[in-house]
Amino acid sequence: FLIFFAIWQIIAFDELKTDYKNPIDQCNSLNPLVLPEYAIHVFYNLLFLWAFEWLTVLLNLPLIAYNVYRYSKRPVMSGPGLYDPTTIMNADILSYCMKEGWGKLAFYLLSFFYYLYRMIYVLVTY
Amino acid sequence: MAQSNPYYQNSAQSGGYQYGTQPNVAGPPPQGYNMKDQYRGNQPPMTAPNYPPSTVNGYNNYPQRGYSPNTQPPPQPGYSPNTQPPPQNTMNGPPVSAGYYSNTYPKSAPNPAMPPYSQSQFTPPKSNSPLPNAPQRNSPQPQPNVSNGPHAPSRPPPSMGTSYSSAPPPNVHQNPYQTGTAGYPSNIGPTSHAPPPNVPQSFPNQTSQHGHSLPPPPLPGQQLSAPPSAQPAPPPLPGQQYVPPNPLAAPPLPQPSGAPQAPMTQPPQTNAYQFNGPPPTGSSINRQPGPQPQYPGSLPQPNQQPLSHAMGRMNLSEAERPINLMQEKRLLPPHKHVETPLRFETTADQGMLVPPNRKNCNPSVFCPTLKAVPHTQNLLGKVKLPFGLIIHPFKDLSSLPVISAGTIVRCKRCRTYINPFVSFLQERKWRCNMCFMVNDTAEEFLHHPVTKTYGEPHTRPECTNSTIEFIAPQEYMLRPPQPAVYLFLMDVSHSAIESGYLQIVCDSLLDHLDHMPGDGRTRIGFLTYNGTVHFYRLSEGLSQPQMIIVSDIDDVFIPTPENLLVNLRESKSLVQDLLHQLPLLHTVDAEGEIDTYSALGAALEVGKKLIGASGGRVTVFQQAIPSIGPGMLKKREDPNARAGEQSTTALNPSTDYYKKLALDCSAQQVAIDFFFFNSQYIDIATLSCASRFSAGDMHYYPSLHTVHNPVEAERLGRDLERYLSRKIGFESVMRIRCTKGLAIHTFHGNFFVRSTDLLSLANINPDAGYAVNLSIEDPLTDLSAVCFQAALLYTTSKGERRIRVHTLCIPVVKTPAEVFNSVDCVAVISLLSKMAVDRSVTASVSDAREALMNAMVDPLKSYKETLPQGMTTAGVYVPKSLRLLPLYIQCLLKHRAFRTGISTRLDDRVFAMINFKMQPALYQMLDLHPDLYRVDDLNDEGVITVSGREIPQPHILPLTAESLSQSGAFLLDCGWKMYLLVGRQTSQSFIKDVLDYPQFSNIEEPLSSIPELENPLSEMFHSFVDWLQENRPHHAPISVIRDDSRDRHLVLSRLIQDRTESSMSMQEFLMNLQQKLT
Repeated sequence: FLIFFAIWQIIAFDELKTDYKNPIDQCNSLNPLVLPEYAIHVFYNLLFLWAFEWLTVLLNLPLIAYNVYRYSKRPVMSGPGLYDPTTIMNADILSYCMKEGWGKLAFYLLSFFYYLYRMIYVLVTY
Repeated sequence: MAQSNPYYQNSAQSGGYQYGTQPNVAGPPPQGYNMKDQYRGNQPPMTAPNYPPSTVNGYNNYPQRGYSPNTQPPPQPGYSPNTQPPPQNTMNGPPVSAGYYSNTYPKSAPNPAMPPYSQSQFTPPKSNSPLPNAPQRNSPQPQPNVSNGPHAPSRPPPSMGTSYSSAPPPNVHQNPYQTGTAGYPSNIGPTSHAPPPNVPQSFPNQTSQHGHSLPPPPLPGQQLSAPPSAQPAPPPLPGQQYVPPNPLAAPPLPQPSGAPQAPMTQPPQTNAYQFNGPPPTGSSINRQPGPQPQYPGSLPQPNQQPLSHAMGRMNLSEAERPINLMQEKRLLPPHKHVETPLRFETTADQGMLVPPNRKNCNPSVFCPTLKAVPHTQNLLGKVKLPFGLIIHPFKDLSSLPVISAGTIVRCKRCRTYINPFVSFLQERKWRCNMCFMVNDTAEEFLHHPVTKTYGEPHTRPECTNSTIEFIAPQEYMLRPPQPAVYLFLMDVSHSAIESGYLQIVCDSLLDHLDHMPGDGRTRIGFLTYNGTVHFYRLSEGLSQPQMIIVSDIDDVFIPTPENLLVNLRESKSLVQDLLHQLPLLHTVDAEGEIDTYSALGAALEVGKKLIGASGGRVTVFQQAIPSIGPGMLKKREDPNARAGEQSTTALNPSTDYYKKLALDCSAQQVAIDFFFFNSQYIDIATLSCASRFSAGDMHYYPSLHTVHNPVEAERLGRDLERYLSRKIGFESVMRIRCTKGLAIHTFHGNFFVRSTDLLSLANINPDAGYAVNLSIEDPLTDLSAVCFQAALLYTTSKGERRIRVHTLCIPVVKTPAEVFNSVDCVAVISLLSKMAVDRSVTASVSDAREALMNAMVDPLKSYKETLPQGMTTAGVYVPKSLRLLPLYIQCLLKHRAFRTGISTRLDDRVFAMINFKMQPALYQMLDLHPDLYRVDDLNDEGVITVSGREIPQPHILPLTAESLSQSGAFLLDCGWKMYLLVGRQTSQSFIKDVLDYPQFSNIEEPLSSIPELENPLSEMFHSFVDWLQENRPHHAPISVIRDDSRDRHLVLSRLIQDRTESSMSMQEFLMNLQQKLT
């Protein structure tokens, strides 16, 4: 699920950096995915909330906050999304996006295993 | 003087190539060179007077400025070539190399005599004899220099093939200059550095300074760096300061001379000597005075570098001695004057590298901020200076080698074009200087097209010219070259018509229809819009143009498929007809109801559709804020907040409509150029996106009105003249390559970045400037030099596909001191201003101001750390290359773009920022730091001759009210405008002979034209003003301002060294700086 998104994002930025893919196309393909990613993430957290998994929700809160912050700082644009083709090629922004992608990937992976562990733990205890 | 002059010339030419010069090889001076050359070669140690200058020259590569008056008649050979334009376009432009740059440099005789005012200025310092101490401080040699010197030479050439150092040796001995010209095979046209217009201001003092400078042998690094800086970099302040004192001190000459000489012989030694500095320093200072007299003429150029070397640090300000500061101020300008002639053609190529054929491209085309690259990011971080390139890729060059080759030789891996800095391992192998891949040389390339020799690939024009143009074969076209297509969009809303701009534009167009670049396929079209969009059908059958009005602006369509865009040649009479009628069609009274709307968005959209298929240029004349239809904008400016901190959001676009439009346009090779004439807020911040991302051009005429504001109207007319007739390149892309290890961090300018090193430019015009920030990703430790190549692929207006390639090579250094000695202050300021604009937009203006301050303080701080103990007691020490940094930073802080506390219209501010981003550095500097001249006493002193006209060379005065007086007339050249301030007691002869008024009280205002009268004074005045005008791409209208006029503030507000209510004076600023440094 989310892992997939993060991987997709990293691949895309890497393409942008190394390959000569047109930033406009790339941004057009990435931008629509940003909101769904956030939505899925929030949806999982709602589920956790519903299951009274407070610890898990707590772990995820920073990321939600970060997402909200990031989206509120997005460049002026009419469509949804975060990435602006005219600024994305700036080395700072590009590397920042790459790092963000890796960070999210790590986070999603860890939480995936954590959820798995919790699930098995719960199953075993019952 | 005369003697000295020769030196200058040399220096100018020299463009010290080899940075890696080996120490004294006494080479026979090249033929062309006069005694000067010999000097260098021999460098007789003791010949104190002459020799010092020579050395100095060697150091400085100030190609441009150096033009000291050449009293000596024989221009060196190098020059002559220049005059003759190399054959362009010839298939194999052979030695095309001959200077690109026109060498119209007048040789002016040096001015021995100082201008009256100058004297006065100087005198004060003298009185303060105490200064001698100051010199001592300076004296301690900058360690850095020392290190530089030795390192560069000593460094073994890196493994890479490029061994700069080795090659030159013979020449080396001689001055770099010589090598440049003479050393090369005839093929290489010595790029002549055109003899710079002489430096008029040779003050004795300066000369003394030179003396200082003498000691340092030309260090390679420095040389490299020097050239670029030379132009821009104005006079070394510090040196000047010193100077005055020195003369007084009248120290023993011999010591200094001896010292310098030694260095000359062996560069490293010299350095050492410098280190030792302390003892010598004191003495050195003194010495200078002695030598001065000898070289008076030569002064200016030498000053810069030598000082830096020798003195390393100058004491800019000392709290205890305000006098010093004063001196600085005054001294600065004069130098600058010399250096800043905007005519860039003068700038000679700087020959840098060893191999006989290597020379860098014109620094005004391609200029690094640091003329020596720190070898690691770490070192760069320590130095805290911005590292980047300032590029002016499509600059009009007076001569440019054009090559039409079947195949263009490029590196197989990185696709770098072959250039003078590659190395040939053998005849058949060459190593790329960017990625170090070894390539095979094509059989075809072994033939020299001109000399018909075989097996000497390195003598081909591609390998001897660092600026070259190729005619591109088929592979470089994605589609057949497009024709030139021009579309004009004119705002005819009520207020726009009222301003009367339409008449000016139509008249200009009528006058220049024939001069618009293009061929038989050129097409042209017109649209006007207010609340609706009007099309003009120009079909052949019609006897007169037919206007079609589309009122559905939310979904604009093209009313008829054809004849809206017509072939200029075939339908010329109709077009002319239309242009005659347009102003009549849209008049204030013509329409029953007043239409105040402006549907710019709709017009642009339809314009894009109209020419999208072919690409081309859309020119928009916009007067009112777009208020209807797509892309409508709201007023965001809060008039009450003009003086204070404007919100950052107002500097950012309010909608991305124009940005998206621009991206679409860019993809279709359409560029949008804007002319703004607003008298009220129109949100340039948002509209400019349309130009910014489609590589367009923007012009701004605040409150233009044919009646109420004739000055702007004149400016528009003249700018249009240039705009319509200048060269233009279509569907272009520019790629900037750099040596492995360097990476491009950020681009500045108007374009769309398509990949990490590729800019897509729908149009390219000769007045567009770009810049990049660079970062060092991998250490460059094992390299001796790095290269940059900017390749611009474009379609000419004649439908020819061409590639213009500029290559630059600069050395790598390992110590901060070396870096500090090779800074190009103007380039740094230009880059800083661009970065500050970015900061303003992303953070806030006050953030940007802070960042600018830090950008000044941090390097000076780290510079201080490189100084030996004991020198750092009091005062602000800056490397010579950075001596103007504080002044320019202050200019920036007081500039419209970044100032606070003064009411600034948002549009003015935004446009000033845009200008910083898109102007080439040299045009930008006048806007930043205007030149002030006294013109009521023009005389023959230091006259230079340009194309047969004699041009007086008044001194540049410091920008302070102290420079003004009631009894003089002063010309303030602000880049975009000039002001002539006439003092109340200006001599009658000036008022009468130049202004044609009987006396002061009769002068009427506003007066924006000055009659050409037939008397010497008037002729001299006009030739001076015309010369200033020629040095820039746009026209600067001149307005006469009476001393008692209420417009006086226009001039006074530009005197940036003075205190104002909300800003510090230069002195306070320096004191503030000093505090921060301690």
